[in-house]
Amino acid sequence: MDHTAGCVFLGAAMFVLGVFTMVTRRNAIYVLMGAELILNAAALNFVAFARHLGNRLDGQMFAIFIVILAAAEAAVALGIVLQIHHHFPTIDVSKADRLGD
Amino acid sequence: MDFFQDATPGGYALAILLLPLAGFLWNACTYRSEFTRKHGHMVPLATIGAALFCAIVIFKHSVFDAEPAGEHGAAAHAAASHEPAAHEDAAAEGHEGAGAPGSLADPRWRWSSKDHGDYYRIIDTGPLRIDAGITIDHLTATMLLVVTIVAFLVHLYSSSYMHGDPRFSRFFAFLQLFSFSMLGLILTDNLLLLFCFWELVGVCSYFLIGFWFEKDEPPKASMKAFMTNRFGDVGFLIGILLVFRLFGTLDLATLYAKLQAVAEGSASIPPLFGWEAGTLLTVAGLCLFMGPMAKSAQVPMHVWLPDAMAGPTPVSALIHAATMVAAGVYMVGRIYFFFTPAVLGFIAVIGTITALVAATIGLVHDNIKKVLAYSTCSQLGYMMLSLGVGGYSAGLFHLYTHAFFKACLFLGAGSVIHSVHTEDMREMGGLKSKMPVTYKTMLLATLALAGIPGLSGAFSKEMIVEHALMWGWSHGAAAMLPALIAIGGGGLTFFYMMRLIYLTFYGTPRDHHKFDHAHESPAPMTIPLIVLAFLSVFSVGWPIPFLGGKKLPELLAPPPALASIATGHAPHEGHGGFLLAFAVLLVSIGVLVVAYRFYQRTYKQRAPGPEAWVARLRPLHTTVRRLYYVDEIYEATIVRFAGAAARVLAVVDQKGIDAVVNGVGAVTQVLAKAGAAFDRVVVDGLVNVWATVSQGLGGKLRRLQTGNLQDYLAFAVGGMALVTLFFLFLA
Repeated sequence: MDHTAGCVFLGAAMFVLGVFTMVTRRNAIYVLMGAELILNAAALNFVAFARHLGNRLDGQMFAIFIVILAAAEAAVALGIVLQIHHHFPTIDVSKADRLGD
Repeated sequence: MDFFQDATPGGYALAILLLPLAGFLWNACTYRSEFTRKHGHMVPLATIGAALFCAIVIFKHSVFDAEPAGEHGAAAHAAASHEPAAHEDAAAEGHEGAGAPGSLADPRWRWSSKDHGDYYRIIDTGPLRIDAGITIDHLTATMLLVVTIVAFLVHLYSSSYMHGDPRFSRFFAFLQLFSFSMLGLILTDNLLLLFCFWELVGVCSYFLIGFWFEKDEPPKASMKAFMTNRFGDVGFLIGILLVFRLFGTLDLATLYAKLQAVAEGSASIPPLFGWEAGTLLTVAGLCLFMGPMAKSAQVPMHVWLPDAMAGPTPVSALIHAATMVAAGVYMVGRIYFFFTPAVLGFIAVIGTITALVAATIGLVHDNIKKVLAYSTCSQLGYMMLSLGVGGYSAGLFHLYTHAFFKACLFLGAGSVIHSVHTEDMREMGGLKSKMPVTYKTMLLATLALAGIPGLSGAFSKEMIVEHALMWGWSHGAAAMLPALIAIGGGGLTFFYMMRLIYLTFYGTPRDHHKFDHAHESPAPMTIPLIVLAFLSVFSVGWPIPFLGGKKLPELLAPPPALASIATGHAPHEGHGGFLLAFAVLLVSIGVLVVAYRFYQRTYKQRAPGPEAWVARLRPLHTTVRRLYYVDEIYEATIVRFAGAAARVLAVVDQKGIDAVVNGVGAVTQVLAKAGAAFDRVVVDGLVNVWATVSQGLGGKLRRLQTGNLQDYLAFAVGGMALVTLFFLFLA
């Protein structure tokens, strides 16, 4: 039974939800959670297409890499969030706009 | 000499040249130091003393020990022709005929550094090639000795005379520089370097005449000396250029060889400006003679020498009596072979006029140094006269004897001035008892100058008269005039010199205050006087004991006069009798008696003496007293003309040249303004347009930079969506 289409739809939904979360939420933690959603959407797509294209393992390898990458990214990003909180006593990303014009 | 076996005279000659230069540099570089300020005379004395030693060595080697001239000369020439590297073709050609009997080759002993390949190439531009080398012959060696002796004694004298002067060490530096230049002038072997050293002695003379520049007179006198000499040097330089144009060389030996070829008929001088060879040589010779005429203060250009007495007295002794002014005579002797009979005649006439005119002025002057200066002038006239009438060795020996006794007289005068602090002889008198050494030495020098037989001056003067008579004999009645003037001038010489001695040392003191303060000078001043007095008596004419009884004049043979041969005339080398000496002596004694009675009567018996004669000959006396109005004539003609010309040129400068310069300036200014406008409007405009556009665009675009992370993300996603849509639906 082929669940490829379902998986792709799920991945797309997760991606859109992730993006939406990142763009709309002010809290940096939520922004990071959105990023996690996007990464997992990508991982899901890798797995789905790997299975669809002949049950190959390379997609699943990429999924594992993405998990590792997500962990590292979470660590670094949480550090950045801590620094942001240190500089501006808030983690509202719309307030941290000093690079702006 | 043993040490000449491995050392050449060149080494000694170079030492002679460089030692005074080193002394000059030492004094110039250390003039701030305590030692040089206090003892600035030490190093110069040492260097000039060493130079004197070298000069004695060279003199002994070249004059005493030299082999008989003919063989040695031929051998040297033969050896030289084996070294083609050191020679130009023409020179080698010239040497080939050296041994042949009756040839025109110069038979005199001669050592040239170029024969040994030792020279320094200064200029090499193809046709013009100047090699600095050293030539030593009897003329050079004797001159070196005379100059170093007088220079050494003057250095010694100055160490006392100039003591306490604020520029003591500078004075010695200049003396050293002068010695260097003078010795270089003697040693050099080509015309260009001769000219360079010639100018150097001129500039040293300028420095030293104007040494006391705080005073009023010395700077003017130094300027006058300098300008007058420049006038003569222009002629000299034109002469050098003419020589180069005619012969293509300035080296004296090569010039001699080329002229020799012309004389033998194996070469010829092409006509120039439409003049034949003889005319060309005469013109070149006259131009060359312009230099000595100014330097040796011959008549039209003699005006600077008496004024030059404004310098310190040792300078007058060294430069303006013994050496520099004699450099003109030396130079005439050095290029004697070049002068045609016409030029020699001209030289004789100029010399005669100078001898007479200067002697008459000397009769009436009251300034002790100026009397000596006119005497120098007159004696230089004698030397020129002698060279002009063919008395080559007579003229040059008069140069040597004159250097000694005139230096002695000047230094003696300096001693007197040092003692009584005036140069006016009317304020002296009776100094005989106060200054016995000065008196005796000056008297001896005076007798030598006057030509009392047995003293050196007599030998040279007698030779001069002899040659003048021979020349007059062979050239007709009018040509006897130089001889007569030479004899009569001898009388005048005796008269004004005895007047000087009388006024200074005899009679009663006319200024008691000065007389009471008079004293004999210290040893460093009297020793040179004694040495010079000794040399005045014995230097020339007496058989030299360790020379096998040979007299000095016999060693200085005249060169064959090539130019004269080239133009078909031969000058006369006299062979006079002894009768002349008697005639000269008679004139001298007559003058002595007259002068003695003349002044004895005046100053002892208060009889009408000179004053009566002055009253009787008022116009003549005034004329002579005003130096024949030569200065006034120059003032009215040359100086005024130069002033007028300068004013005209100044107007031309202001109205003409300045106008052109200002016009160019104005045009440039207008062009610059146009360029500036173009720059401002067009170039700056373009730049500004670009700047405005960039600024506006940037102002709009920078709104995108909100700094908000989520905006950036939204832009990124939106952009990605757009790209995706583009690829999905449009591509």
